[in-house]
Amino acid sequence: MSAITLRELTKVYPNGVRALDALDLEIADGEFFALLGPSGCGKTTLLRTIAGLETASGGRVHIGERDVTALPPGRRDVAMVFQDYALFPHMTVQDNIAYPLRIKKVDRRARADKAAETADELGLGALLQRRPGQLSGGQQQRVALARAMACHPQVFLLDEPLSNLDARLRLEARTFLKRLQRELGVTTVFVTHDQAEALALADRIAVMEGGRIRQVGTPTEVFRRPANTFVAGFIGSTPMNLVDAEVRDGELVVAGTRLPVPEGVQVTDGEKLTYGVRPEYLDHTAEPASGGLRGRVVVVENLGSFSLVSLDLQPADAPAGDTPGTSVQVVVPEGREPAPGDTGWVVPRPGRSLLYRDGELVTPEATPAVPAARTAAGAEQ
Amino acid sequence: MSTATRTAPARTDRPAPGTAPVAVRHVLSRIGRYVFLCAVLGFFALPLLWLATAPFDETPTITASLPRFTLDNFRALLDNPYALSSLLNSVYLAAGTAVLVVTFAALAAYALSRVRVPGRDALLYGLLLLSSIVTGTATMVPLFELAFRLNLIDSRLGVILILSGGLLPAAIFILKDFMDATPTSYEESARVFGASPLQIMRHIVVPVVRPGLATVGVWAVANVWGNFLVPFLLLRGPEKAPAAVIMYTLYTEGGQADLRLLSTFSLLYSLPVALMFVFVSSRYGFRFHGGIKR
Repeated sequence: MSAITLRELTKVYPNGVRALDALDLEIADGEFFALLGPSGCGKTTLLRTIAGLETASGGRVHIGERDVTALPPGRRDVAMVFQDYALFPHMTVQDNIAYPLRIKKVDRRARADKAAETADELGLGALLQRRPGQLSGGQQQRVALARAMACHPQVFLLDEPLSNLDARLRLEARTFLKRLQRELGVTTVFVTHDQAEALALADRIAVMEGGRIRQVGTPTEVFRRPANTFVAGFIGSTPMNLVDAEVRDGELVVAGTRLPVPEGVQVTDGEKLTYGVRPEYLDHTAEPASGGLRGRVVVVENLGSFSLVSLDLQPADAPAGDTPGTSVQVVVPEGREPAPGDTGWVVPRPGRSLLYRDGELVTPEATPAVPAARTAAGAEQ
Repeated sequence: MSTATRTAPARTDRPAPGTAPVAVRHVLSRIGRYVFLCAVLGFFALPLLWLATAPFDETPTITASLPRFTLDNFRALLDNPYALSSLLNSVYLAAGTAVLVVTFAALAAYALSRVRVPGRDALLYGLLLLSSIVTGTATMVPLFELAFRLNLIDSRLGVILILSGGLLPAAIFILKDFMDATPTSYEESARVFGASPLQIMRHIVVPVVRPGLATVGVWAVANVWGNFLVPFLLLRGPEKAPAAVIMYTLYTEGGQADLRLLSTFSLLYSLPVALMFVFVSSRYGFRFHGGIKR
């Protein structure tokens, strides 16, 4: 009903910047969809183009059955919540919420009723006569959401919805937002540069870079199997370890250690690949372990229930004290942290490491996870 | 804080012999400062005092003195055929100019603030620089010539147009600052809800920059109210002349300035602007920002 379809959407600014580059995307009806990327990747431009605040230089935007590419923002049946909430400072909360209805020429009485009703749903009932300036950040955000809800749009567009809130409030607002979206069931697209926010909120995520989409998938897919090294480095509160690897005698040589080539990957001898594994999927031991990468502990960062340990890799065959400049990070549970300067080994968990050829993922879709886990357990005992 | 207040008196309570000259010098410098401030204050207050007392004095002089109270001066002023109507003329000119200036400056400032025009700042500063010339003495001859060709001599419209032209650049400059301080997300938000450009202007932009509009309006009125040269040259008869011009005609038969009429008229002349300022200030709480960020 209100799915969003983008076809070869292109936006070139007058100064020649290509913000969107022939972008194809489909967002399903009722989906909570995140546009994620570093600043300048075009995610906000994409959102504004869907809203109609930017006109596309090429391509089409469909909302539901309608082609809205040429329609002005007001006729697209979308509501947008801005990063600064854009509440009108001279209007009360009630007038702010009722503003979309005022534009639609709903009479004053019905407008006030609808505003009060929407405000009640969001716990703003007591604040109707206040001005935005008298509200806290969280309340302002809810007023902005109420204003967007009041006109029952087909699509919600949220620009960095949580970035103006302080850290504690952000968690609260995140839960609130996700619940609200689920209850309303309205197709919602939001922009964020915070990968944790995208993973936590969205049903699906599009990771963008340089005006292109690098990967679209559920949070699990994007986290477990980043389609390329860009996504691998961007997603995850601790970025994925990406280490140069070379194929020798049908085996993978990573920093001097021989590792098996994952199942289903065709490799040729002498080929250079990138070996990727998340710090969470590495185990650290102080004793030499087969299939482990040897390194010297450089930094230990305590993150509460676990610590993030950085090691400079030292290939087994290299002379001691020689640092090849490759470092990996590993998550170590509390109480088992090594001290800086120690030598340690990190062992990748089977089935969790990925191979990238020229930056693109080549490891095929799971090798079923359960048997892999069982063999891992067996190997440890 | 508390320790400072406690130790300060303790220090002065202990007059060491050597500190006495320092204290004396301190007191003297303080006395000197206040005497100087009183002199400056008196310099500015005396004319106002004269304005408050002279109109009620039977025989006003150019010095401020205790009046022998009378209201005769006001009666005499009412007998002058042009005195009251000139105040009304001033209101026409001021209101007309203020409306023109506020309307066009708001539209221009909005556009200049929202649309990227190459060389926009240079244009603004250029206009600002030239505007001081437009209503200045130097351009009076060409302006008169222009008004003459356009058949705008002895017409209030001519005066209003020329005064507006002179005030517009500075008004645009002041209002652009207000417009710049208004986030574009307000307007974009309204656009997404389907508001037309006119609705956005009426519902969002004008209310948000209202203090700026009030500032510019008051400033325009005050400027026109005090302007003598333009109406003096362009309006021929005393019927259309504003108060600033009529004041120039208040002489006795002997050719001396008629201080009774002059002082009374001055009081009436200054009251409307002062009242307007108080009214607008209390209503909109405007502050003069003029090119300074809030």
